[in-house]
Amino acid sequence: MSKAPPNAETKISSFILMIIFIVLALSLTALILATSIYFDQGNGVVAGYLLLLGFLGVALSTYVLFQARRRILRLRIETPPIITTIECKKCGFKSVREFQRGDYIFKEVEPCQKCTDKMLITAIFREIKEKERATP
Amino acid sequence: MIAAMASLQNQIAQEPLGEFSWILTLVFYAFFFIFMFYGQKIQMYVMIREVEGSLYKLKYMKDEGRKIAIETIKEIGKPQTDPTDRVNRFLEYFTITPQSLDPVGIVWKLEHILDVRDVRFKDEVKLMAPSADETQINNLENTLEVASVLNYIYKVIRHYYLLGKKTLSYYVIIQIQMILPLIMREAEAYVNALKAFSNGQPIGDGAGALVAAKLMHGYEIRKVPKDNVVASVPIEGRTAYVIKAEGPGGNVGKTGDAVKTIIEENEGKIAAIIMTDAALKLEGEEVGEVAEGIGAAIGGPGVDQFKIEESILKYRIPINAVIIKEDIGDSVSPMRKEIFDAVDKAVERIKQVILERTKEGDKVIIVGVGNTIGIGQ
Repeated sequence: MSKAPPNAETKISSFILMIIFIVLALSLTALILATSIYFDQGNGVVAGYLLLLGFLGVALSTYVLFQARRRILRLRIETPPIITTIECKKCGFKSVREFQRGDYIFKEVEPCQKCTDKMLITAIFREIKEKERATP
Repeated sequence: MIAAMASLQNQIAQEPLGEFSWILTLVFYAFFFIFMFYGQKIQMYVMIREVEGSLYKLKYMKDEGRKIAIETIKEIGKPQTDPTDRVNRFLEYFTITPQSLDPVGIVWKLEHILDVRDVRFKDEVKLMAPSADETQINNLENTLEVASVLNYIYKVIRHYYLLGKKTLSYYVIIQIQMILPLIMREAEAYVNALKAFSNGQPIGDGAGALVAAKLMHGYEIRKVPKDNVVASVPIEGRTAYVIKAEGPGGNVGKTGDAVKTIIEENEGKIAAIIMTDAALKLEGEEVGEVAEGIGAAIGGPGVDQFKIEESILKYRIPINAVIIKEDIGDSVSPMRKEIFDAVDKAVERIKQVILERTKEGDKVIIVGVGNTIGIGQ
């Protein structure tokens, strides 16, 4: 679950977006021009420069766009799911559900579905999967 | 395409750039001189940009903290008036630590200041949230404290950022840029703590309290000063006085007072004290690793550690520590499964220490240190 309210910090500036798209459009034009100059006029040097400029422009604008997007993703507050485990001490029946406000470890909750004895919250935790990295 | 590229390469090799060559030479020299004279300035602007990016993130965190605190107060406390102004005031509260030029008696002065602060915070929260019960007041107080820490971090980083921009001093900027990753890590941990505190979820720091709760659950419990509970639990033929802060509200209790009370009640006839707490791990160590050592395992401003050390010195009581390792992020965010699982290992280790270090019929004190939010007894 994540949320990002629409405020200044979580939005890509429209000015930056405009510049990115202008650069992208110019770069694409340069690429198209490069191919037409090379094939129609056979001028390899000018076509080469235009090709270089076009690729650089596309790479740069895509990089800036991804960087801006990454900044926004980084700003989001992740709230991992919290699991509450409820156990019946008498018959051992166990149930797992999402955490609800008011839950705490060793709280007596609803009666057991099997033996109608009172059940107890025995665990509240979050599970996160970490990537295994070999360390020396 | 490959053929076209190859022919272009040949053409460039044959014609050594012609009229473009002087432009390239000029550009090269321009770059050379710019970097020679303005290299450090450019580097500084890059650093300022980096700090600015983090500052945006900190601002977002601070605003979220404030928002969550206000929402929780409105939801739980059901105040008659809008608590926003009071929350804003709370976020700006500060505490002045006692003068340490003459360190004699500083612990008691610090304790008094912290007591006054605690009472003031509780009173403020009660005014903000009149419908909240004792547990909810503790949780709200913790939520507000986290929001206040985030506010403070933001303001300090903003101060250095603006100072660096104003003075254009390389050393002002570089010192903040260098420690920024650590500060951001801490701030992110506090953001995770916000939700945990507002919902009353157990946090990693509560590992010690959970150890004590598991040991005392099912036994008769009585209150001891201040904000602590104790239960007399038979373990391996010994009598263990298990102490923890009173849960399930966010509370750490005054452990030093509780330990002193139990020692005095037993006229110092305690064979050993075992303290268990969550401790910061080093990078590379596993989360939930259990380790054993000697000394008073308790963090905070040091008042409780001082009191415990004073009490054990009076009666020459040996003190042992069992710690559960975790990083700063884990200690203030909802308890990880690895830490929860480590609690059972810590219980076993405590029993082993009792068997090895005490005799049958002895009395021992087991102290579960940490914030007991979301942990009953």
